[in-house]
Amino acid sequence: MKVEEAAFCSDSSIATGWIDVDRIRQDFPALSQKVHGHPLIYLDNAASSQKPECVIEAVSAYYRADNANVHRGVHELSQRATASYEGARDKIRRFVGAAECAEIILTKGTTEAINLVASTFGQRIQAGDRILITEMEHHSNIVPWQILCQMRSAHLDVIPIDDRGDLILEEADRLLGLGPKLLSISHISNALGTINPVADLIEKAHQVGALVLVDGAQAVPHSKVDVQALDCDFYSFSSHKMFGPTGVGVLYGKREVLEGLPPYQGGGDMILSVSFEGTTYNTLPHRLEAGTPNMAGVIGLGAAVDYLEEVGLEKINHYETDLLAYATEKLTCVPGVRLVGGEARKRAAVLSLVMDGVHPHDIGTILDRKGIAVRTGHHCAQPVMTHFGIPATARASLALYNTRAEIDRLVEELAEIRRVFGA
Amino acid sequence: MNDLQELYQEVILDHNRSPRNFRAGSTANRDAVGHNPLCGDQVHVFLTVDDEGIVQDASFQGSGCAISTASASIMTEAVQGKTVPQVQELFGVFHALVTGKALPSPEFDLGKLAVFHGVSEFPIRVKCATLAWHTLQAALEKKSVPVSTE
Repeated sequence: MKVEEAAFCSDSSIATGWIDVDRIRQDFPALSQKVHGHPLIYLDNAASSQKPECVIEAVSAYYRADNANVHRGVHELSQRATASYEGARDKIRRFVGAAECAEIILTKGTTEAINLVASTFGQRIQAGDRILITEMEHHSNIVPWQILCQMRSAHLDVIPIDDRGDLILEEADRLLGLGPKLLSISHISNALGTINPVADLIEKAHQVGALVLVDGAQAVPHSKVDVQALDCDFYSFSSHKMFGPTGVGVLYGKREVLEGLPPYQGGGDMILSVSFEGTTYNTLPHRLEAGTPNMAGVIGLGAAVDYLEEVGLEKINHYETDLLAYATEKLTCVPGVRLVGGEARKRAAVLSLVMDGVHPHDIGTILDRKGIAVRTGHHCAQPVMTHFGIPATARASLALYNTRAEIDRLVEELAEIRRVFGA
Repeated sequence: MNDLQELYQEVILDHNRSPRNFRAGSTANRDAVGHNPLCGDQVHVFLTVDDEGIVQDASFQGSGCAISTASASIMTEAVQGKTVPQVQELFGVFHALVTGKALPSPEFDLGKLAVFHGVSEFPIRVKCATLAWHTLQAALEKKSVPVSTE
């Protein structure tokens, strides 16, 4: 039986172009350490992923050799920095399938990207207008809209989820029928792993004249995203969840939509000329990027994009889908363990679990002492916890460098926790 | 014993499985609600303090991790029959223990509360161990109307 399984695995790897996970792991220096005397098993990728050597090296090389301010100096270093920075923007553009670099706004994270839209597009919102979000959003895709709706006396509508962790699509249709100005929705839920049918919802939203912002923070490290095929108006994501440096995010916006936005922050780089009589703003994308940007971070993100493309997002997706299926099967076999949102129609590499009689924080502490990093808590999605009537979950979120052996260790320790707690 | 066994001692696991005084206080004249927004732990502490300032009854309700549940449970046992100043002193000694600042002096009897000494090795869990105590503190500071049990 074992021989047959092995043969099957190797056959399928030839057929599908399996990734070589052992080699991949060597690219990530942080993965080779021990934590509390155990080899690190890093399962907190939805919070922040580890960084490959090439990203660390790109950031380091920038500071060692090319460091200077961008877009202003005539000197060599500034030109090099500008070329690398704008080169990274073009890599990001290609990565998400945007038509032109003017549509790629660099921010400090997904949160800032969403807030940028809320504070610029938000100026068009009038009393009585509606904004539509979903019950499974991260707090960063709830609170900016709450603030906006409060300021403008607008309505915030919420598409509810069902107990499997899926959006209730009939409710989505009904709420879209109320004519919202904007639908802001996560591509993949960080708390549940649900993959939302964003393409369909974008089409429906456009039919009622709403613009659509997609929060893709959990999507881009796992599957190929094509913003033009999706036809979304905005798409946001973070560098640090896709193996890039912290402090960088991306807001894609369709050119015609971005052209219509008022300035976001005022300052250097976003202007063409300034006088006390009046200021002329710069062209896109600079008009929406005031001040000296996070140059090292953006260049590092460019290196992360290169890395993901070199490995191949299709292969990554294929590998992770298999690992998720394996983990789902193994985890549901642990007595007393339940996967929250585990029955959603389409899921990505997130396993949000609860165990009868054992609080997620105790699970998190015990796993940590065994070298296993998971996230415990509400995952910045308190409404999701409220929906399922739980205070928190323990969440294992996978990346391309995780293995079946790591899942086996997790399962082993969970079974032990249950035994110790006598639950 | 390793750190984990020190943290999750049998007494703590037992109080987590079957918390003592886990009820609303039918005679309570002080109560307060404590909340740890970071982890979602919630505790409602009820106290009956008589005219002499002696805690006649202590109980709690709520939800939380094993450390916070066991801490609340053992606390309600520990404070019964003690005067308010004695309760304050007990909290002071307990707090120093779980934060790793000081061990109780040899003549001070912490009783069952001593099982929480392992918490000091887990700084992130100190809040779990002290939530019920901070809530009790709040209940002692403000007199409230007797709490109805429906």
